[in-house]
Amino acid sequence: MMMTGSCDQASVPILSLRNICKRFSGTQVLNDVSFDIFAGETIGLLGDNGAGKSTLIKILAGVHRPDSGEMDVDGQPVDFATYAIGRARNYGIETVFQENSLGEQQPLWRNIFVGRELPNRFGLLKIGEQKKVTMQILRKYVGLQGKAINADSRVSTLSGGERQGVTIGRAMYFNARLVILDEPTTALSLGEVGRVLNFIRQLNCQGSACIFISHNVGQIYQIADRFIILDRGQVMGEYRKNEIAADQLSNHLLQLHNQV
Amino acid sequence: MNSLLKEYHLQLGITVLLGCLLALFALLSPQTFLNGRIYLSFLSTIPFVAILALGLTLLVVAGELDLSFPSVMAMSGFAFVESYLHTGSPWFGFALALATGGLAGLINGLIVVKVGVPSIIATIGTQFFWRGMSALLAAGLARNIAVLRDSSFHHFFVGRLDGIIPVQAFWCLGFAILFSLLLNRHVMGGNILFVGDNIRAARLNGINTDRVRLLLFVMMGLVSAFVAVLISLEMGNWWPTQGEGYLLLVFAAIFIGGTSVYGGRGTLYGTLIGAVIIGIIEAGIISAGYSGFWTRVIHGFIIVASVSIYALIFRTRR
Repeated sequence: MMMTGSCDQASVPILSLRNICKRFSGTQVLNDVSFDIFAGETIGLLGDNGAGKSTLIKILAGVHRPDSGEMDVDGQPVDFATYAIGRARNYGIETVFQENSLGEQQPLWRNIFVGRELPNRFGLLKIGEQKKVTMQILRKYVGLQGKAINADSRVSTLSGGERQGVTIGRAMYFNARLVILDEPTTALSLGEVGRVLNFIRQLNCQGSACIFISHNVGQIYQIADRFIILDRGQVMGEYRKNEIAADQLSNHLLQLHNQV
Repeated sequence: MNSLLKEYHLQLGITVLLGCLLALFALLSPQTFLNGRIYLSFLSTIPFVAILALGLTLLVVAGELDLSFPSVMAMSGFAFVESYLHTGSPWFGFALALATGGLAGLINGLIVVKVGVPSIIATIGTQFFWRGMSALLAAGLARNIAVLRDSSFHHFFVGRLDGIIPVQAFWCLGFAILFSLLLNRHVMGGNILFVGDNIRAARLNGINTDRVRLLLFVMMGLVSAFVAVLISLEMGNWWPTQGEGYLLLVFAAIFIGGTSVYGGRGTLYGTLIGAVIIGIIEAGIISAGYSGFWTRVIHGFIIVASVSIYALIFRTRR
């Protein structure tokens, strides 16, 4: 097992975590978690239920605040006291949450821009412009083949894959430098999974990084360059793809699971 | 064109309902409903319910309720008349009324947002509190402010433009336009819609949901105080049960208008027309020669029928 040092990476990591700890009502959910993420790579974050994956990404996304630990973005320390979702988005950190983050009854143009609307100087929304961008995103990321989806469509009329397309498209449109995807393929058909994996490759090509969380080791192995295994709040292993085979990775996870 | 129809079918439907009612009343009592005077009378009475309903619509869209506004009206109306009677300055009284209403709204908001009590329960509590407090402070007695009748203050809020058109109708129109812009065109409106639709999703998208809800409760307190001042001026006095009759009328206007009780969806135009429908029924029934007891029967029928239609349209059955 080799830690990713900065020796073979000339660049500064996009994001670097050091000694992140988090407790929820007495339970140590994250314990001394540290790792770096570099431009253009995809990290597969693995671990059983309750390993702390979702808490970890919620800290990155600005939803939760860690009890202790540090985070750098582009080598600059982040002040957790003021770090929130809006700030994370300004840094180019976009998160596709496992739980529904769309307003079911709202039109797509509101969902694409929620939390970062385009207002004029009176605070009134530039609705025309928001709808135009929404249509671009729909064409590019959701695929509009013969379907009657437009910027005014309500989310409740969309399929699971289309919804995921909207949340991922939203993340990609806003020039994300780090996209975090929490179980993005769970509810999707095979074709839709392929589309999500393609998004990730596209992101990496553009120099953006990605954190991909999934229970499906096969999928993770296929798409990620590096794997981080989380178990009961601690990093239990960190591998590059050329250091480990897919079945070894599965076995490692199973061993951890059986230790419980 | 088709998509416009689809987007605004609710608004269209409620407008047609109002048109049918007016046509029916005109048919039953042409001497009343084909004469302008009844409409001037409507313009003096309906704005009170309508302004309250417009404010409350925003709160309902955010998934919250406020049952305390009639009592907040009594309390802030009392603050208005009492401070006016003591200082002789209606503007000071007006400011104090707004401060009282805003504070009552803030208290509602804090109990709901920070303590975590569901708004329907929290505002039942504060409803008792403010009703009791205003009656206590007034020693159960009414206050007469008829002396204000010829003041510029009176004309500014509830006068008659050109001696004919009730000024409160313009205030109502102003609120309707302001709140429509807020809900449909402003960043705040988007926040309100998401908070009502799915508050967890709203949080995950960086909306400060606590702040949005607190602001709405304060806004409703301010609106209640404003209407209380208008009613006290229009009637020339304040009385301890002021506002009591408005609770159900205001909710009826909102739900006839097509706003969802589940939050996340609402129309201020619908609320305005709903308030008009609620406001014209009694006159329509009485001028057609029927007993006034029919009013509640028809109110009940229209409310149940309209919300049933919305339930079918939006398939809200669980």
